[in-house]
Amino acid sequence: MTWSQKYIALKTIIIKEYLRFIRIWIQTVLPPAITTALYFVIFGNLIGSQIGDIDGFRYMDYIVPGLILMAVITNAYGNVVSSFYSAKFQRSVEELLVSPTPNYLILLGYVAGGIARGIIVGIVVTVVALFFSDVRIEHYGLSLLIFFLTASLFSIAGFINAIYANSFDDISIIPTFVLTPLTYLGGIFYSIEMLPTFWQSVSLFNPILYMINSFRFGMIGVTDTNLGVALGIIIAFNIVLFAYALRLLNRGTGIRH
Amino acid sequence: MFALEINNLQKIYGNGTEALKGVDLKVEEGDFFALLGPNGAGKSTTIGIITGLVNKSAGEIRVFGHDFDKALTAAKSCIGLVPQEFNFNQFERVVEIVVNQGGYYGIPRDLAYQRAEHYLRQLELWEKRNVMARELSGGMKRRLMIARALVHEPKLLILDEPTAGVDIEIRRSMWEFLSQINAQGTTIILTTHYLEEAESLCRNIAIIDHGCTIEHTSMKSLLKQLNTETFILYLSEPLRDSSILQSSPLARHALTQCDENTLEVCIDRDADINQLFNNLSTQGIQVLSMRNKTNRLEQLFMHLVAKNRNNAELRKTLQQTSEAGTIR
Repeated sequence: MTWSQKYIALKTIIIKEYLRFIRIWIQTVLPPAITTALYFVIFGNLIGSQIGDIDGFRYMDYIVPGLILMAVITNAYGNVVSSFYSAKFQRSVEELLVSPTPNYLILLGYVAGGIARGIIVGIVVTVVALFFSDVRIEHYGLSLLIFFLTASLFSIAGFINAIYANSFDDISIIPTFVLTPLTYLGGIFYSIEMLPTFWQSVSLFNPILYMINSFRFGMIGVTDTNLGVALGIIIAFNIVLFAYALRLLNRGTGIRH
Repeated sequence: MFALEINNLQKIYGNGTEALKGVDLKVEEGDFFALLGPNGAGKSTTIGIITGLVNKSAGEIRVFGHDFDKALTAAKSCIGLVPQEFNFNQFERVVEIVVNQGGYYGIPRDLAYQRAEHYLRQLELWEKRNVMARELSGGMKRRLMIARALVHEPKLLILDEPTAGVDIEIRRSMWEFLSQINAQGTTIILTTHYLEEAESLCRNIAIIDHGCTIEHTSMKSLLKQLNTETFILYLSEPLRDSSILQSSPLARHALTQCDENTLEVCIDRDADINQLFNNLSTQGIQVLSMRNKTNRLEQLFMHLVAKNRNNAELRKTLQQTSEAGTIR
């Protein structure tokens, strides 16, 4: 395949993935907007007013970055895991496997689809946040970088989950039992400085903590973690998981006999 | 150059099942080639390996000279696949399925759309272009997979039971369409359980059984191996007294009566069939019409597969006997 043919193949996968979730926007884009609005009403307004400031910010303003990133993580992951597993289940993945499209482009295409959904949901959630708080962005470049890398990381993770999945149960186990607890314990609603020392140390093993805090730094300028370490972890996870997903695809794990 | 050349293709699945023990195939460029075999013989595994859906355990594959191990992308670009099972997204529109497939082969969207229109029109699906694939009938879904396989205009088209479950009218129109595609230069490999289909469309044939190629020849020379043909004769009037068939001059034809109105006869390929009709006529038996009892290829196919299985069983028995002898 020439480079222009590869570009067409990649563009085809991305457009297909984009149209897939846009067509069903009531299932894909609307729910995060409603969920986030509820978080703002309950945690931000009702409970938040009793909590007071954290790091000099109103509780409502403090949780905005975490809620945006949580929506990005959940949707990027969910998009790729459900799309690729459905393609496996319906065997439509064979359309790609018989074609000369290289495996790395298949992976990139699905990941780009996940990032696209992450971006759209992130924008929608940010718009919802505007109704409840004074959303501001201290460091645009850093915020966008963390936003993009986090969406990419969880899209790849969703792809790996879909490769190993043998049933629809398998695509909900990781989000329910791993992703959701790690996200909620990743400092969306609190600063880890509020935790006892032991649990502060335990929290540092949660990679999502670094993503949320670096994104919070990008938006409001405060963080519980070292920015350099956070960026290093996010980039390293992206590289390692991409390489691993590509290896699975090349070996044909879960898709070729 | 061969369109497809396979040497000693082997496949052992993860659970230890040896699906292919050494398949050899050579398909000439421009050929219409039948790949036949009973269920579980290894046809679909062979096709899966050729199209990149199954990993081979050993062997060599070349598609239009492109080695599968060294130039997989070039080899894949030459192949179009119509699989046995429906394998498209049921929730996508018909035209999207075809256009996207073109995209995966690097074909610009405008051109892919033009080709999609061309093939969907030819296969009488253009009116359904905006319908979700799941809403199509079985026959339409099969034709959709043919259009999808052709959108990148492959030099080698592989069809794995493309007419399974399709009514006779659509089947005939699909045969006509495939013959046209072949006449335009596309090499076609066809697997089917309708042996009449293989006999009328294909020029060359290979039969696979138990993961091995047991026959690989031209359709003509294969059919020449058939020494006898069995016919069913339909009589104009009921035959009440069957003893007449055992007496001269009909006794030598070994006729058997199926019911009052039908007779069955087995005739040597080089025998004069007029003699039979004359003898029947002299005995006052008039034949209204006749047909082959079974398709000629079907008869040969059954014979070859049975022979291969007998040989396999004989080999197994000999091996067991020899092993038993060694233990003693």
